[in-house]
Amino acid sequence: MRNPLADTIVDIKPSGIRKFFDVVKTIDGAISLGVGEPDFDTPWHIRDEGIYSLEKGRTFYTSNSGLMELKEEVCNYLKRKHNLDYDPASQVLVTVGGSEAIDLAFRAMINPGDEVLIPQPSYVSYEPCAILAGAKPVIIELKEENEFRLTAEEILEHVTDRTKILVLPFPNNPTGAIMERKDLESIAEVIKEKDIFVLSDEIYSELTYTDKHVSITEIPGMYERTILINGFSKAYAMTGWRLGYACGPKEILEQMTKIHQYAIMCAPTTSQYAAVEALKNGDEDVAMMREQYNQRRRYLLNEFREMRLPCFEPFGAFYIFPSIKRFGMSSDEFATKLLQEEKLAVVPGTAFGDCGEGFIRISYAYSLEDLKKAVERLKRFISRYE
Amino acid sequence: MINRDELLRTIEKNSRIGIDELAVILGAEEVEVANELKSLEEEGVICGYHTMIDWSKTSIDKVMALIEVKVTPQRGIGFDSIAERIYKYPEVTSVYLLSGGFDLMVILEGKTLKEVAGFVTNKLSPLDTVLSCSTHFILQKYKDHGTILTKKYEDTREKITP
Repeated sequence: MRNPLADTIVDIKPSGIRKFFDVVKTIDGAISLGVGEPDFDTPWHIRDEGIYSLEKGRTFYTSNSGLMELKEEVCNYLKRKHNLDYDPASQVLVTVGGSEAIDLAFRAMINPGDEVLIPQPSYVSYEPCAILAGAKPVIIELKEENEFRLTAEEILEHVTDRTKILVLPFPNNPTGAIMERKDLESIAEVIKEKDIFVLSDEIYSELTYTDKHVSITEIPGMYERTILINGFSKAYAMTGWRLGYACGPKEILEQMTKIHQYAIMCAPTTSQYAAVEALKNGDEDVAMMREQYNQRRRYLLNEFREMRLPCFEPFGAFYIFPSIKRFGMSSDEFATKLLQEEKLAVVPGTAFGDCGEGFIRISYAYSLEDLKKAVERLKRFISRYE
Repeated sequence: MINRDELLRTIEKNSRIGIDELAVILGAEEVEVANELKSLEEEGVICGYHTMIDWSKTSIDKVMALIEVKVTPQRGIGFDSIAERIYKYPEVTSVYLLSGGFDLMVILEGKTLKEVAGFVTNKLSPLDTVLSCSTHFILQKYKDHGTILTKKYEDTREKITP
């Protein structure tokens, strides 16, 4: 029989997280700080709208790009939060999670051999999706001394004539890093000068703990060259509903919608009705969850300081990214030993790119009580390897 | 600067949390937290630190009742004096003045149904200003003070996700 598989996909290595996940499953009584989703249930009024929509028989496809009502709410939201003007009819696409939007943006914009700048450590999808779209991924290794922010110099070091897209993953998973307005202004200069487009993944935009999140689309001249991706998973604790959206220049959205139309048809209808409610009446829920995350963030930072586990203070998402370099183990070894000896699961930094070596990702999407139990185990482990 | 509202929201859910821990999670100094708590107590914003107990899970029997009470307000003092007469009974755990079909909501705790009935018949109803009482016994507490009593939170997430 002939080889049934496509080389492109076979050559992509499986997610480092997946491998670790399989090990965790075999360990009885393991507790975890390895989760990349909120611990809160979706607020009840949002779930209720989903249930009502089913009761009312709203069980059909929506238009390809999503319910008009939802697209309008998305536009209202972006106006309210970032003072951005998008046209709901031509500049918004409702997708199956932010993840689908990432895939679509690459596929709509990449010609074979185009280069995509991907800062790492970052979410696991960008590189494989870029490759599948026919791009050449060019990795920018973010540095701890910059608090894992992206600098204009780093872009200049990696940009070539073929560079078409820069992925901008902030607030960042796994580091918790953010980009403030001044950081964005300084990279925007380079981006405009080199005529690059930006795929700005702002899925954690609601979870920042100092100032409000600034979208790069707010920086003059960037709106025209940015695909803004966001969604409902992190802000409203709606991961399982699989709902996100992309906004941007009409001509790009038109092509993204075409792919979406043929590959997906439309995002889940129930989720779209629930999401309308989330955008209309969910601000208080988000504020409440943000407050909880922030308390946990401060708790963990304090514990890490006491354990002398070095880490910069992350101001976004719900992750802390401490360095474990002084224990003389690789991230993978550290995480594996921690799991075997203390039954505590964390994700090795290398799951988010080679430059995550020497770090582990700790999620604080857990109650304070759970975090305390986990910290006990981590303390015991660390004191053994001092 | 300590965020007073956040402090209150936090201790409303967990009054046992120590000042040291409060300082950490609120991003404040311990002395700030201690001072703020002291002022909140003095101002009467914080009225007490209670423990929520589900007595139905213990061997101690308790009966709770909600009593809707209609009263005649008195000239000059309105409902205050009658409310005071009622809340002074130790078996009364809460008294609220309400808008709508009746005036006072009295929450009562007794050992037995008979005891509660006795209170309503012998103490509450005979009060001059009380026009009528309608007593409802509580059969099951599902949720109290924002806490769900019938189910425990269970983390059903996958243990590792990107």
